[in-house]
Amino acid sequence: MSQMQATRKRVLPGFGLTMGYSVLYLSLVVLVPLSALLLNSTGLTWGKFWDVATDARVLASYKVSFLCAAAAALIDLFLGLLIAWVLVRYEFPGKRMFDAVIDLPFALPTAVAGVALTALYAQNGWIGSMFEPLGWKMAYSQTGITLALMFIGIPFVVRTVQPVLEELDKDEEEVAATLGAGRWRTFRSVIVPELVPPLLTGFALAFARGIGEYGSVVFISGNMPMKTEIAPLLIMSKLEQNDYAGATAVALMLLVISFVLLFVINSFQRWSRRRAV
Amino acid sequence: MKRNYKTGLILGLSLVLTMVLSACGASKEGMQADGSSASGSKDVELLNVSYDPTRELYEAYNKAFAAHWEKEKGQKVTIKQSHGGSGKQSRSVQDGLDADVVTLALGYDIDALQEKGLVKEGWQSKYEHNSSPYTSTIVLLVRKGNPKGIKDWDDLTRGDVQVITPNPKTSGGARWNYLAAWAYALKKSNNDEAKAQQFVQELYKHVPVLDSGARGATTTFVERGIGDVLIAWENEALLSVKELGADKFDIVYPSISILAEPPVAVVDKVVDKKGTREVADAYLKYLYSEEGQTIAAENYYRPTLESVTAKYKDQFPNLELVTLKDVFGTWKETQQKHFSDKGIFDQIYVPGSS
Repeated sequence: MSQMQATRKRVLPGFGLTMGYSVLYLSLVVLVPLSALLLNSTGLTWGKFWDVATDARVLASYKVSFLCAAAAALIDLFLGLLIAWVLVRYEFPGKRMFDAVIDLPFALPTAVAGVALTALYAQNGWIGSMFEPLGWKMAYSQTGITLALMFIGIPFVVRTVQPVLEELDKDEEEVAATLGAGRWRTFRSVIVPELVPPLLTGFALAFARGIGEYGSVVFISGNMPMKTEIAPLLIMSKLEQNDYAGATAVALMLLVISFVLLFVINSFQRWSRRRAV
Repeated sequence: MKRNYKTGLILGLSLVLTMVLSACGASKEGMQADGSSASGSKDVELLNVSYDPTRELYEAYNKAFAAHWEKEKGQKVTIKQSHGGSGKQSRSVQDGLDADVVTLALGYDIDALQEKGLVKEGWQSKYEHNSSPYTSTIVLLVRKGNPKGIKDWDDLTRGDVQVITPNPKTSGGARWNYLAAWAYALKKSNNDEAKAQQFVQELYKHVPVLDSGARGATTTFVERGIGDVLIAWENEALLSVKELGADKFDIVYPSISILAEPPVAVVDKVVDKKGTREVADAYLKYLYSEEGQTIAAENYYRPTLESVTAKYKDQFPNLELVTLKDVFGTWKETQQKHFSDKGIFDQIYVPGSS
């Protein structure tokens, strides 16, 4: 009986057929390219692979890539929540416009973002020139990289938090209020638990995007080896030497670390969702 | 249920596979039809894969060559251009971009094509002047009036000077910059390699931003106002001065520099397949003609034909120029020693090596 119901509820015909399509398309678009990456680095012996992937300069670049991406995603987490909150809870003139602008970093070629941000934050740019006398270098430093990654990461947080915030039941807040909870208490105990899963998703997406970001960062980072050089740039530099195997070795390492990190974040998110329900 | 799932999976897989395969087949047929029509009719099409700053040069040259070829053979030729970073362009051709000719920034990028069997051995001696119809050199671009009084390479390692140059590991053009500085230091220290390395290392300590490409470095220097001197190709420097106004920048010619030789080659494997060898060969040869050389000079490349050189001698001052061959040997050796991983350039930046 229950099985009958389950079959009737399916929108797409036949689990087998749809699953077949899904697996095939996922293979063509994601899995096969990724395994080609693996295959490309097989030109190296294990020892050589390890040498390339753990070279001092490569390690420094992983550190820059991951730390800046994490910092940017963390800042985006708070910033994104605030923006989503304002968009959902308040009415103000130009709200639609404001809402549409959020998506622009998705659409804009990242190189354009890089050029625009560099123009702003360089020593002679509008904003950069204000911080220059204070001895704070914005562009051509890790601050610059983080700024660029914040820019391209912010829509991920806003767009994952916004719908959940919209769906949130006003009744629960009212109940909390009638039970004597203050505003902060309501926010902390009623709203935040609901928002943790989407916030984690947003964080993971912004973080993942930041690790792989190339276009906007190469313009604003200054690309100084050991200091502001990102891992994707080293991949480019290896390709420039026609060193496909070396480039894929670095890429593979990046892929593995990213996957592990994303897996951990996703598990954490699933755990928190289960706990919330 | 289980069987249902399995048949579905197989059905789905085979359905899409047939779709994909038939699409591939169709495109292959289309290509063949295209190819035969090209060799059958009188029209012919060439693809010139080049690097970034030659865009204007080849726009002008392609028109001139098409007119020349039509007059000579009565055949209409259209030339398509593709521009990008020199190394990236070379990789596109290696990965299957059907270029009839390549006109790149360094021999190393064509050597890579030779290694893949796309270009025959000995390409560099196929045309005159190491297969470089036009040349250039590396000069110093400073701000108007030369406020820091920069005269030669030595000034670039002075405490108060900031130098802008792109990363030689990601930019082919930047390798010439690095080699020019190295050649100067080597000459000054009577061929003491250790001293040359010290000098170049010191110079790169004065580089606050290491852009990934030459145009990026120009933007950093010109638009962002960073640095006191930009190490640049002469043609790019002349273009900057012309485009941005002579009231903003001056060109400083160092006492010694390197002769930058951007080489050209026919991609043998492609022209044999497409049957375009004759016209591709003529296309490169015509670069050496009076007309081709004049167009090169008008686009700020140093011509190699003496009659044209004489005409443009005001534009290209004389200075001592060493060639790559004289000082460094082949590109393969140079690349291996200086720019490969753990090569000299890497040692400059990895801690503990200084």
